[in-house]
Amino acid sequence: MKNWIDRQRNIVDFTLSSLLRRKKKNAALIFVYTLVVFSLSSVLFFSQSLKKEASIILKEAPEMVIQKIVAGRHEQIPTSYIAKIEDIRGITELKARLWGYYYDPVTGANYTLVVNEDSGLSPGTIAIGNGVAKVRLAFKGDTIEFKAYDGKIFELEVREILSPESSLVSADLIVISEEDFRRLFSIPNDRATDLILRVANPRELPTIALKIAERLPDTRQVLTDDILRTYDAVFNWRSGLMIAIFSGALLAFIIFAWDKASGLSAEERREIGILKAIGWETSDVILMKFWEGLVVSLSAFLIGVILGYIHIFLTSARLFAPVLKGWAVLYPQFKITPFIDGALIASLFFFTVVPYTAATIIPSWKAAIVDPDSVMR
Amino acid sequence: MRKSTFFSLFILLNLFLLALVFVYSSFRQRADRIILEEMGEMTRRFEITDLCLFTEANYTRHITQADLHTPFQDGPFSLEHFPSGAIVPPPEAIKRMNEKLD
Amino acid sequence: MIELKAVKKSFNTGKPNEFVAIQGISMLLEAHKATVFKGPSGSGKTTLLSLIGCMTRPTSGRIWLLGREITSLPERFLTELRRKTFGFIFQQLNLIKGITALENAMLPAYPAGDRYESIKKRGMDLFDRFDIASKAHAKTEWLSGGEAQRVAMARALINDPDVIIADEPTAHLDTHLSKEFMEMLGGLKQGGKTLLLASHDPIVCESQVADRVVNLRDGKIEEDTK
Repeated sequence: MKNWIDRQRNIVDFTLSSLLRRKKKNAALIFVYTLVVFSLSSVLFFSQSLKKEASIILKEAPEMVIQKIVAGRHEQIPTSYIAKIEDIRGITELKARLWGYYYDPVTGANYTLVVNEDSGLSPGTIAIGNGVAKVRLAFKGDTIEFKAYDGKIFELEVREILSPESSLVSADLIVISEEDFRRLFSIPNDRATDLILRVANPRELPTIALKIAERLPDTRQVLTDDILRTYDAVFNWRSGLMIAIFSGALLAFIIFAWDKASGLSAEERREIGILKAIGWETSDVILMKFWEGLVVSLSAFLIGVILGYIHIFLTSARLFAPVLKGWAVLYPQFKITPFIDGALIASLFFFTVVPYTAATIIPSWKAAIVDPDSVMR
Repeated sequence: MRKSTFFSLFILLNLFLLALVFVYSSFRQRADRIILEEMGEMTRRFEITDLCLFTEANYTRHITQADLHTPFQDGPFSLEHFPSGAIVPPPEAIKRMNEKLD
Repeated sequence: MIELKAVKKSFNTGKPNEFVAIQGISMLLEAHKATVFKGPSGSGKTTLLSLIGCMTRPTSGRIWLLGREITSLPERFLTELRRKTFGFIFQQLNLIKGITALENAMLPAYPAGDRYESIKKRGMDLFDRFDIASKAHAKTEWLSGGEAQRVAMARALINDPDVIIADEPTAHLDTHLSKEFMEMLGGLKQGGKTLLLASHDPIVCESQVADRVVNLRDGKIEEDTK
């Protein structure tokens, strides 16, 4: 056993000496390799954690949203529809929901306005999300101007600012009283944005949805399951950005592997011949090449993963923020909870370390089995 | 110091940091539980259906509520709303009830 | 110590450009003696050393080392045997560039799993003996011809083998260094080593150290003196 360790250490000593001969080239190689692992791991950590957060938070979303659709377009739903379906068995809560968007020309931001009867907001007051407060530089007690559809100007006082920790759901929210909402958007009393309902037994949802579809043929139903699966898809591998980055990373690897696998230079072959001539066996040479691959790829992998983790969870994905922000004026803080698992890191390992190490060993095979005699000449 | 010793120490240090990563993650998961619960409660209170990720357009802000019509308001590839327009797929509800979109 | 019987070595066998380097050699080499193989280039000296030193297998014929037949040994055993028994000094020296002189000398002992410190000590002792201790940490490129030669010698001795094989060792040395080299070889022989040299340099062939000179021509023994 001791012998085995000494053997590995000796060979690693030579491998490192060999790599240090071309300091610049190998440093650049490790740097680029680390960069690739860094971007890949950043993207994977980000998407996996957000996905988990989405599934946890949105589990509380209404079990069904009923929207009225006219010619493929979302329309205000008559509140009389409630009466048509309230007798369906299994429904525990059924109410009209009022929400919409307000575009603020002062800041260029879109706010999501939400009415909530439990909020206890009297007309003339609002509660705003942390993102809104930042963008309008508004504090508790300040007033914000709104322009109604009929041209009139409203002034609404900020009664509460929602917590910054909840910005992932509330950054752009403005909670407003029903009266103000209807006045702002000229929505008649018998209309609402949509209906929401909750049920006693979630397994009955599809049946209930079917019944509703029968009774209200001009509506469509969005279920919690649809919501959760939509967010899964956003963060899944298939989404555009993931594919773009992943194929970039894949391409980079192919380039590395190509450089390695396109065969050894005459110099490298000669050196292998010398090693064999002075008494190294084929297996010793292969072992050396294995370590050569592992030293580079393992270092790059570890540093890349650790930096990726720090990037996403300790700096709140600072490098991604401009990409994700796009044209939006308002966006949430990406202070994500690290939901990572060993499987993700293990698969990163297999996709990065193994191919590179293999690409280092395989072309050396042919050179390693050469007759040492050739070196004599 | 032998080169192989230096390398072993370097790898051990990184493995230690990696272990730290897992420890820190589980610590954060527990610590953030309160915040996640708060957001869940807020979701229930305000009947929220979407995370506030991309606020540039209504079909990127409320992904799950988008109807067939809204994406057509923008040009193809939704370049006006890049990259969100490219990342955000059609909501499941639409896929369920209409013709295949792809 | 080493016996050859009807050994033949040809390259590209069966092809139109077949070349027979060694025609059919039988000989017995004694231990603790220095044998010089002399002859013009193309006479098969290098091939013969290669065959004896287990670097390549004969096309036909048999070779015994210390009474043990090595012609049909599998590669693994052959390599181990070679590492333990033979130390090579090549005509082109074949030191590995970019690493230190000491590391070059230590290389043959690396794979066996010897302790690093003990290998290093053996190397430094050899460097002291050959008077190049000050160059131990110099990169190969910075060594002079004579210094490189001595590093190659230290490398050949790192595993303390019984036989030293040197191919045209004085080819890149001037008269003074060549004589010095033969002296060092003499010292090794006195220490119990067996020496096998290939050279057409008179300084080598007519040296006091050489016990036997074998003349080769076209892969056959022509003359065998002393």
